[in-house]
Amino acid sequence: MIINKKNSEKLEQAVSQALKVAKRCGADQAEVSLSVDSGLSVAVRNGETETLEYHKDKGLSVTVFKDQCKGSASTSDLSEKAISQSVKTAFDIARFTAKDVYSGLAPEEEMAWQYPDLSLYFPWDVSAEDAVELAVNCESAALKYDKRIVNSEGASVSSHEAFHVYGNSHGFLASYPSSMHSLSCAVIGKDGEVMQRDYWYSHARDSDFLESASAIGKQAAKRTLARLNGKKLSTAKVPVLFSPEMAAGIFSHFVSAISGGSLYRKASFLVDGIDKMIFPDWMHILEQPHIVSGLGSCPYDSEGVRTRSRDIVADGNLQSYVLDSYAARKLDMTTTGNSGGVHNLTVVPNHSNFKAMLKLMDKGLLVTELMGQGINIVTGDYSRGAAGFWVENGKIQYPVEEITIAGNLSDMFNKLVAVGNDLDLRRNIRTGSILVEEMMIAGS
Amino acid sequence: MSQSLVESIFLKPASIKEADLNTVLGKLMSHGNIDYADLYFQNSQFESWSLEDSIVKQGNYSIENGVGVRAVSDTKTGFAYSDDISLEALTSARKTVSAISRRGKSQSVKVFGNHLSGRKLYDYVNPLESFSAEEKVKLLESVDKEARQLDKRVKQVMVSIAGGRDIILLAASDGDLASDVRPLVRLSVSVIVEDNGQREQASAGGGARVGYGYFLENERALDFAREAVRQAITKLDAVDAPAGAMPVVLGAGWPGVLLHEAIGHGLEGDFNRKGSSAFSDRIGERVASSVCTIVDDGTLPNRRGSLNIDDEGTTTQCTTLIENGVLKGYLQDKLNARLMGMAATGNGRRESYAHLPMPRMTNTYMLAGESAPEEIIASVDKGLYAVNFGGGQVDITSGKFVFSASEAYLIENGKVTRPVRGATLIGNGPDVLTKVSMVGNDLKLDEGVGTCGKEGQSVPVGVGQPTLKVDELTVGGTSA
Repeated sequence: MIINKKNSEKLEQAVSQALKVAKRCGADQAEVSLSVDSGLSVAVRNGETETLEYHKDKGLSVTVFKDQCKGSASTSDLSEKAISQSVKTAFDIARFTAKDVYSGLAPEEEMAWQYPDLSLYFPWDVSAEDAVELAVNCESAALKYDKRIVNSEGASVSSHEAFHVYGNSHGFLASYPSSMHSLSCAVIGKDGEVMQRDYWYSHARDSDFLESASAIGKQAAKRTLARLNGKKLSTAKVPVLFSPEMAAGIFSHFVSAISGGSLYRKASFLVDGIDKMIFPDWMHILEQPHIVSGLGSCPYDSEGVRTRSRDIVADGNLQSYVLDSYAARKLDMTTTGNSGGVHNLTVVPNHSNFKAMLKLMDKGLLVTELMGQGINIVTGDYSRGAAGFWVENGKIQYPVEEITIAGNLSDMFNKLVAVGNDLDLRRNIRTGSILVEEMMIAGS
Repeated sequence: MSQSLVESIFLKPASIKEADLNTVLGKLMSHGNIDYADLYFQNSQFESWSLEDSIVKQGNYSIENGVGVRAVSDTKTGFAYSDDISLEALTSARKTVSAISRRGKSQSVKVFGNHLSGRKLYDYVNPLESFSAEEKVKLLESVDKEARQLDKRVKQVMVSIAGGRDIILLAASDGDLASDVRPLVRLSVSVIVEDNGQREQASAGGGARVGYGYFLENERALDFAREAVRQAITKLDAVDAPAGAMPVVLGAGWPGVLLHEAIGHGLEGDFNRKGSSAFSDRIGERVASSVCTIVDDGTLPNRRGSLNIDDEGTTTQCTTLIENGVLKGYLQDKLNARLMGMAATGNGRRESYAHLPMPRMTNTYMLAGESAPEEIIASVDKGLYAVNFGGGQVDITSGKFVFSASEAYLIENGKVTRPVRGATLIGNGPDVLTKVSMVGNDLKLDEGVGTCGKEGQSVPVGVGQPTLKVDELTVGGTSA
């Protein structure tokens, strides 16, 4: 365990010291964030240890404002001398940046003067030997699952803990510890000439909530086998069902499009989207930053602003943007506590489980993998490489690969047919599978 | 900067002597069955400045120091690092990584030989000091001004410059003691244009291992502004991209990202040693048409992907990957080269001292062929001409790769006609190059903005190619 009372007080003092130096230099406002992180990661392959890595990182970054000019600097050296030097460097930079009337800290009244303990810290006292054994068991469950599993990319275990401190010249100073542990496995299957690879993983703040090693190994093997002997599809328009993992990606594009930076630059297809119908009228999307031990949970955002639960989409209607204080000022709005991003975005299901979603689609493409960066947030144009399965009569027929799917995000949101209740809770964006009425498939 | 100067940066302030490095490595090697060990010292300075709404809003400076300690035993690697450079930190990291050792014979450390052969692919400039703050601000403002004056439809311009300098020192049990000073600059400009309520965005940029003065040569920075505006305005007239399999002509330069994804990653030594690549065990086989010769060259002066030495101290080289269509070689770091009984090719790279090295590309490109670019386009009845790309991605094992065109045109009856909306292209690495039927005589390398990600580590790379024709590739448009 890296975090103890003495240690955390020392780190808070480092932040206070930086703020003091900033004030002494003549800064009108300043903010400082500091984090320390330590961890262990092991990777095994074919039953043998492959890498054993010990991580230990620390860093402090400071931003100063002088006459609404901004400068930032960061350092990995937390000595008093290095911190003072960084503050001075930030101050020097602010002499050359231009006055920006929208710049500055988030408003004092928005600070999280009181914040909840979200229970994000569960140290895992795992030795390298135990971590190796866990990874070996995970990989072994995959390797012995089927003789067509012929090779392995290995299994890995990682355990990380961190301590975060944030302070600013409003007199706000806060800190909290967090942890994240994971177990993952990737194997290779072969049938005939062609190989396929797939993986599965689990991660959690509390290692007790990791899926079992054997369950992860087996799932990695099953997913790999299911992909063997894939076919291309002919070019056509068909319904598309996105698995929960892929659906989270679709909603991450939604988040980009309603984020302050894209909006004030008018670089989003959802500019002026507030109070408009973006989704069908049954759609609800919430942000829940205070889920206890949640993967995306956060007591305050990266400007010290209190986070709170709210509706982002209600009855299909866009209720709120995702803003930090700068974008809020640019848009003449109020910060939504999203400096640094969203915290547990939850897409509320309107349908049953994954099997029911397949049945609802009846005939079409199930997408379980997406590749490439073909997303244009300015226009909403969407075109990506895909792999998955062809579905008929509500049942998976055969694997599909080397195709693309294309459409426009705005249409895709409008043409959502259903959200399943098969929520993937391993992510900051929590959604089940989603069915889109129709997209263009390009294949042979 | 001489090696002794580099050593004085890391060793002198910490009162570490060269002999101490030998001792730390010696102690590591004295554990059972350690085949190799190295220490990687790094000092990084980095800055970025950005402009938006015609004012320079942000500047950031960061500094980082650290040392990574690695021990390798057969296929096993132990690794720890510290951002505190001291003999105590080295000793503590050394003890930690020795956990990887097994019972067996201990090895000795070779006497350090000096590997810095006086090679200088780039000057030892510090980009951060190559311009004053005023000059940096002026450079950003000039790019903004140029973009805005070109066309009234330009509504937003974002410009950023970034400069960094890495100093590294590598000491290894095989006797390598090497250092390098690596400058790197980059300029990016992104514009948003609007016409009748329709908006489009495009960006351009470039960079190299030089000082900021590079951007003023031949109006280079202004040309990036012109290029971004040209692309964005062109997009305003774009029609839906076609969907389906068709002939695709790829322009010269940056479209070489095709080679990076379709071929390059699949030829990295780690995947081939493990047998997880679609190219595993295929050296000597035909994997491309006979007009294709592809190399990875880390020795091009000043280029973003170039290095004097890789991050394991190996001198970089030009490695032939495919010669006249036949697979010739892999890209190797020391670990995978040793395990495969091959020579290291100077491709052992790492993001920083806090990351383990692995085989990575440098500048990957296809050599020029004989066809004139016009002749290549004229040969296509109905197809796509793609000249600019976003990024790409590959599944090493199945060989399936994608890359996303950001600027493309229809080819109709041998002529380039209308621009089309962005579309992703998808293919299969081991067979896409067998479908290359024509290679242009216009080899061009990219402008120097490429960053390659692998297992969470980013490194700067370059790509390039002449205009080339792929007889059939799947284009992911929306128009049937």
